[in-house]
Amino acid sequence: MKKRLAALFAALVFVLALISGCSTSKEEVNVYNWGEYIDESLLKEFEKQTGIKVNYSTFTSNEAMYSVLKTGGAHYDVIIPSDYMISRLISEGMLEKLDFSNIPNYSLIDDKYKNLEYDPTGEYSVPYMTGTVGLIYNKAMIPDEIDSWGALFDERYAGLILMFDNSRDAFGVALKYLGYSLNTTNPDELYEAYELIKAQGAVRQAFVMDQIFDKLESGEAAIGPYYAGDYLIMLENNPDLEFVFPKEGTNRFVDAMCIPKGAQNKKNAELFINFMCSTEASLRNMDVVGYTSANREASEQYAAMLDDHAKAILFPSDEILANTEVFLNLPQDILNLYDELWVKIKS
Amino acid sequence: MRRRPRVASRIFLALIYLFLYAPIFIMIVFSFNASKSRSVWSGFTLDWYTELFSDSMIISSLTTTIGVSVIAAIVATIAGTFAAIGFFNMRKRWRSPLLAINNIPVMNADIVTGVSLCLLFVSLGSVLKYQLGFGTLLIAHITFNIPYVILSVLPKLRQMDRNLVDAAMDLGCTWFQAFYKVIIPEIMPGIINGMMIAFTMSIDDFVISYFTAGSKVQTLSMAIYAMTRKRVSPKINAVSTLLFLFILLLLIIINVRQIRQEEREKKLRTLKSK
Amino acid sequence: MKLKYLSAPYIVWMALFVVAPVIIVVVYAFTSAAGEFTFDNFAKMGGYVSVFSRSFLLAIISTAICIIIGYPVAYILSKERARQQRILIMLIMLPMWMNFLLRTYAWMSILENTGLLNRLLTLLGLPAVNIINTPTAIVIGMVYNFLPFMILPIYSVIVKIDRSLIEAAQDLGANAVTVFRRVIFPLSLPGVFSGITMVFVPAVSTFVISQLLGGGANMLLGDLIEMQFLGAAYNPHLGSAIALVMMVIVMICMWLMNKFGAGGEEAVML
Repeated sequence: MKKRLAALFAALVFVLALISGCSTSKEEVNVYNWGEYIDESLLKEFEKQTGIKVNYSTFTSNEAMYSVLKTGGAHYDVIIPSDYMISRLISEGMLEKLDFSNIPNYSLIDDKYKNLEYDPTGEYSVPYMTGTVGLIYNKAMIPDEIDSWGALFDERYAGLILMFDNSRDAFGVALKYLGYSLNTTNPDELYEAYELIKAQGAVRQAFVMDQIFDKLESGEAAIGPYYAGDYLIMLENNPDLEFVFPKEGTNRFVDAMCIPKGAQNKKNAELFINFMCSTEASLRNMDVVGYTSANREASEQYAAMLDDHAKAILFPSDEILANTEVFLNLPQDILNLYDELWVKIKS
Repeated sequence: MRRRPRVASRIFLALIYLFLYAPIFIMIVFSFNASKSRSVWSGFTLDWYTELFSDSMIISSLTTTIGVSVIAAIVATIAGTFAAIGFFNMRKRWRSPLLAINNIPVMNADIVTGVSLCLLFVSLGSVLKYQLGFGTLLIAHITFNIPYVILSVLPKLRQMDRNLVDAAMDLGCTWFQAFYKVIIPEIMPGIINGMMIAFTMSIDDFVISYFTAGSKVQTLSMAIYAMTRKRVSPKINAVSTLLFLFILLLLIIINVRQIRQEEREKKLRTLKSK
Repeated sequence: MKLKYLSAPYIVWMALFVVAPVIIVVVYAFTSAAGEFTFDNFAKMGGYVSVFSRSFLLAIISTAICIIIGYPVAYILSKERARQQRILIMLIMLPMWMNFLLRTYAWMSILENTGLLNRLLTLLGLPAVNIINTPTAIVIGMVYNFLPFMILPIYSVIVKIDRSLIEAAQDLGANAVTVFRRVIFPLSLPGVFSGITMVFVPAVSTFVISQLLGGGANMLLGDLIEMQFLGAAYNPHLGSAIALVMMVIVMICMWLMNKFGAGGEEAVML
């Protein structure tokens, strides 16, 4: 009798677990995006318009997102990685082809962002936002004229320096400073960059991603590399912050929305992507996030609203753009080297 | 000669309690801060609390946490109690290795348990078309809770006088009645103890949940962790404060009940000795 | 009346959710991404000796500090009046029940460069200190989180020491120090070992404390493992290998503890 009771309990637990693990009755879409990269009221707006619930979570870097997808436990319907990661995902067969009949707003996307080298056929992604990387510093705490990545390795600012907490961006800064390409596959150059970042440990305060907002705004730190759109947001909270495109050149990127292979709510995902492409949503998003949207009309309207300072940063001159490089996906053995060196730097 | 050590030890104790509580009180104070700063006071406000209650992500993570913890604690307590009784009645030859295996989730670091369960669920999941979610989270919590229940109940079983069961049977109880009327009440303190430990472990768990909850559900710890990787908001402080008050209340209730129970027992004893 | 069959469901559960995962970890640890048997993963670990040694060093330091602070606290508490004891113990337990992330996070706002500690120091005219993002901050975080786990087991054991033993020692002419040294301390050792177990293992494998208080460098074993699964350097085989090594090390420590007299069969908590 007791045996049966106990066995019954075990069975009950299994059944409970299976049930709660398998089905959901309501329409939903699982979105995985960068942190601080969306106007959250848009999610509610989408739910109101379509009745589809949005489960929104964030990742801190492309590599972390890749790990979560690869480990296999998490199932997202929409992911918003950066260009080079998208080309990696495509080459590894990890993305679904999009059904553009569900994404009519795709026509609103500026042509200059379509079919770029990371997704040449354009079948796998829809551009979301674009931006550049630059150097942000607090001119009240650092009264010097900053124009080079070298400032991040400068002893004069010891303890006030922040650095990117992901391998491509961090190595990107070091490689540019050393005069190499962001996409170099030369191990010697990578080792040089590794040594530089490792040596930075003496003056670096911390590796950060979105934690940089609080650190720079509060004066906890005084200088760090980050993205142009985020700088404009930080500027609202601390007018002492300056943004500069270092003379050695920098990275420009496009983040785009994709659907991972095996996504269970593909149609809902496409509806979500369509919604985010609309001019109205893009405008609201740009206002909150600060980056440039890929929607042609929205970005033109937004540019008209900006002051010269902000415009120079969000819509840089051709001269500056010529000095930027896009990240490309690298061969697997170089990626392994990156991983190895990155772990060594952090340990 | 007795006085001076007293004062020194008092001061020492006070310092330790200060060390333990200062960060918590600082969190509480700054949850009412009018600005986002965590170290500069700029005025009183309840804004962060209102923002907290309208943050659906945090609310749903809170319900998930409580749901998982309660269900896992109950299931673990029942399963663990039966298992403990089962183990207790085994020969040593079987019992020792089984107890050793039982101890693995306790002894192992959280992260090893979390990672191993994640690998298991993902491997099984691809075969059974099953995803990480509330179910796997629950299974993981039950798995690391049951050993604590067993470790709590077993000592009580050992302390129990076997003659009681025999006496009950002699007096005409069926085996079933003897079980419910004699064994269970004797080990009840161990069962309750185990349930409380299981509940605490579940509520506080972060690492194991992080690896087994997948993308669809989130526990409170996971939500807080996500918050620390972004812009900081004193909403975290508000969560702290509320949690602190809730736990304080819980502990007070538990202790008041314990005090009352002990006074009842004391009275019974003095009555009996009369 | 075969009571022992009551445990059958749990044995099945254990096989599935305790034993199978360990086996899977072992399998992953010994395979490469292509699926062949290899010792590569363990060879790669040789490059992370600094992480291993840092984790162990900080864990040992934290455990030692917890014992040095925790033992006197447990001892003093055990001598209080019963009513006082209950309230004081409850107050020790309360922070334990608070969310561990929040407790660690609280220290960030204290230790930051613009944090409360430095504001206090500058107010008093003293120089500011840079503790955050250093191993010191990690140790403080660990001690803060794990101190109650050291105090409670020691306290539980000391409180159960038979008073008559102490009285007998006193009758035989021992003074307070000798009573402590020859009676109380040896009898309290199981509690100390229990406490060491409950502090050292989490300390060596924690991953959040180092991220929040260590500034992203100062990587510990927990961070290393997490990176391989859900973090920036996907390699579950390497991660499993490290996890396996950690499991083995912990088992060795437990076995050593057991040899030196800890019970290990009681959950000394509430």
